[in-house]
Parts: sequence; C-alpha cells; structure tokens
Amino acid sequence: MPGLGGRFSTVVKAKVSKLLDRAEDPGETLDYGYNKQLELLQNVKKGIADVVTSKKRLQMQEEQIKQQVVKLDTQARQALAQNREDLARAALERKTVAQTELQTLDQQIAELETQQEQLTENEKKMRAKIEAFRTKKEVIKAQYSAAEAQVKIGEAASGVGEQMADLGLAMQRAEDKTEQMRARAGAVEELEKAGTFDDITQLGPPQDDIDKQLAELSAGSQVDDELAKMKAELGKGGGETPALGEGQQS
Amino acid sequence: MIVRISGEGQYELPDEDAERLNELDNQAVAAVEAGDEAEFHELWKKMLDFVCEEKGRALEDDELVESDVILPPRDSTFEEAKADFTGEGLIPD
Repeated sequence: MPGLGGRFSTVVKAKVSKLLDRAEDPGETLDYGYNKQLELLQNVKKGIADVVTSKKRLQMQEEQIKQQVVKLDTQARQALAQNREDLARAALERKTVAQTELQTLDQQIAELETQQEQLTENEKKMRAKIEAFRTKKEVIKAQYSAAEAQVKIGEAASGVGEQMADLGLAMQRAEDKTEQMRARAGAVEELEKAGTFDDITQLGPPQDDIDKQLAELSAGSQVDDELAKMKAELGKGGGETPALGEGQQS
Repeated sequence: MIVRISGEGQYELPDEDAERLNELDNQAVAAVEAGDEAEFHELWKKMLDFVCEEKGRALEDDELVESDVILPPRDSTFEEAKADFTGEGLIPD
C-alpha cells in the first residue's frame, strides 16, 4: 500500500539501502550488514545489563530508606517517652518524607522492571530476525546474479534495518529513563548523607504548587495521627517507660 | 498493511481496516492539538487495541518485512505525542 507512513518523526529508518547502492559486491555488503547486526545485539545486552544495575542500586537504596523509617519511628517513640513532643514530631515528619520516597522508589523499580522485560523481548526478536537474515543472505549469495541479488538484499535489509532502528530507539528510551533515575538516586543519597533528608521533597517527581501544598497538608495530618497513636500506646504502657531525666517540659 | 508498534513488534492489518485506523489517528491528532490529554490517551489506547488485539495478526519474529506505518511507543507521554501526532493523517489525501 503506497503513500502510507512517514508521519511519525520519532521513527528513524536505517538508511541501509543507501549503503547497499554504494557496494560493489553484494556478498560483501551482506556480510557487513550481518556483522553490524551482531554488534547491535551486543549493545542490547549491555543496555539490559545497565538497566539491571540501575534497578539493583534503587533496590539497595530502598533497603536503606526502609531501615531509616524503622530508626525514625524508634526515635520518635523514645523522644515521646521523654516528653519531647517537638523531637518526636520532627522524627515523624522525616519518617513521612522517607515513606513517600519509598513509594517513588517502588514505582521506579517497577518501571525499570518493565524496561528490562521489553528490551529482553526486543533482543529475542532481533536475534530471530538476524538469524532469518543470515539464512537469506546465504541463499542470495548462492543463487542470484549480482543485479538480482541487489534487489533481494534490499528487501531483506530494509526489514532487518527497520528492526535495528526500532531497537536503537527502544534502547535510547531505556537509557534516558535510567539516566534520570540514576541522577535522582545520587541526589537522594547525598541528601541522606548530609542529614538533610527532608529536602527530598524538592527533588520531585515534578509537582506543581498545588500538589505540593496538598502533599504537605496530608503529611501534616499523618504526623498528627501518628503522634496521637504513639501517645496512646505509651499511655497504655503506664509508667513502665522511665523518663531519662533530660528535657522535661510536661 | 504492516503496522509496527515501536518497541513492540509488527502486525499485519487487513487493508480494509486501514481506514478505521486512520480515522482514530486523525481524532488523536485533533485531541493533541486541542491539548486534551485524557481524550488523547483514550484514543491512543483504542488505536493500540485495534492493531494488537482486534484486527491485527502479530508477525513471526523471523519475518523480514518493512512496515507501512510505524506507531510511537506505547508508553509515549503526552509531551512526546505533541511531536508525533501532528500534521496529516496516516494516509495523506
């Protein structure tokens, strides 16, 4: 069906045919094309490995922040036991931030999981197409005159070339995504080290002002709720938790 | 007609269904131009379902054919769609 396509600017078709026009010996061109395809396959493997590495890093970060949540929770309880509601509140606020961060990490890990699956699936497709191309090229080399071969090669090459171009695009997308996540993960790590964990909210995901205000509101009430719950729990325990002397202001 | 969904694979769509796909595409372009994100996502899903599930037949992995139409990746954002879904339809008049 002629006259179709060409509208989507995202799609880059490999200019394999141009290359073929210039070649003197179609057989040689075929081998060159085949080697290029194998090269691409290696790159895909590297791309998949990159995605897996990024995923592992995020999972490690998730683990650390989970520990952070437990620690902050304990600190809040201790502070409350010593009647330092202000400290308890600060710890719980940080805990809320950390929990929000955990949600973001969960989403990102799931997204990388999808990327990994897609690339693996794409690699399988590419491998099958390369194998089909290899078989075809042997047949073409054996059976056709140079002039005929040129046409046949063109057909086979544009099929496999399109697959290559599309795979390249998929890899680019995966790379962009992991790059963004890596940058963010690095920034989060630094904030954590610097002890300014609550600044995480400034890193995004991009939020508009209203989103931010709403998030702050719900974080505030979440902290109030938790504080009340902790107080009730401590109250139930009666005088079992001895105050440690310092900072009493009841 | 051979349709590729970028990042996923190729499908063979009966020629008589091309017109319906083109129609959906024109509507999607209109939605993008109107800045209607929800409407766009709905149409975009319709297009993908139309090709993948309703009418299309997935090509074997080892078939070496060029596509007539290439659709953007499934996870395209609305921002990306603004660049992809513009101008004339799949089948120029």
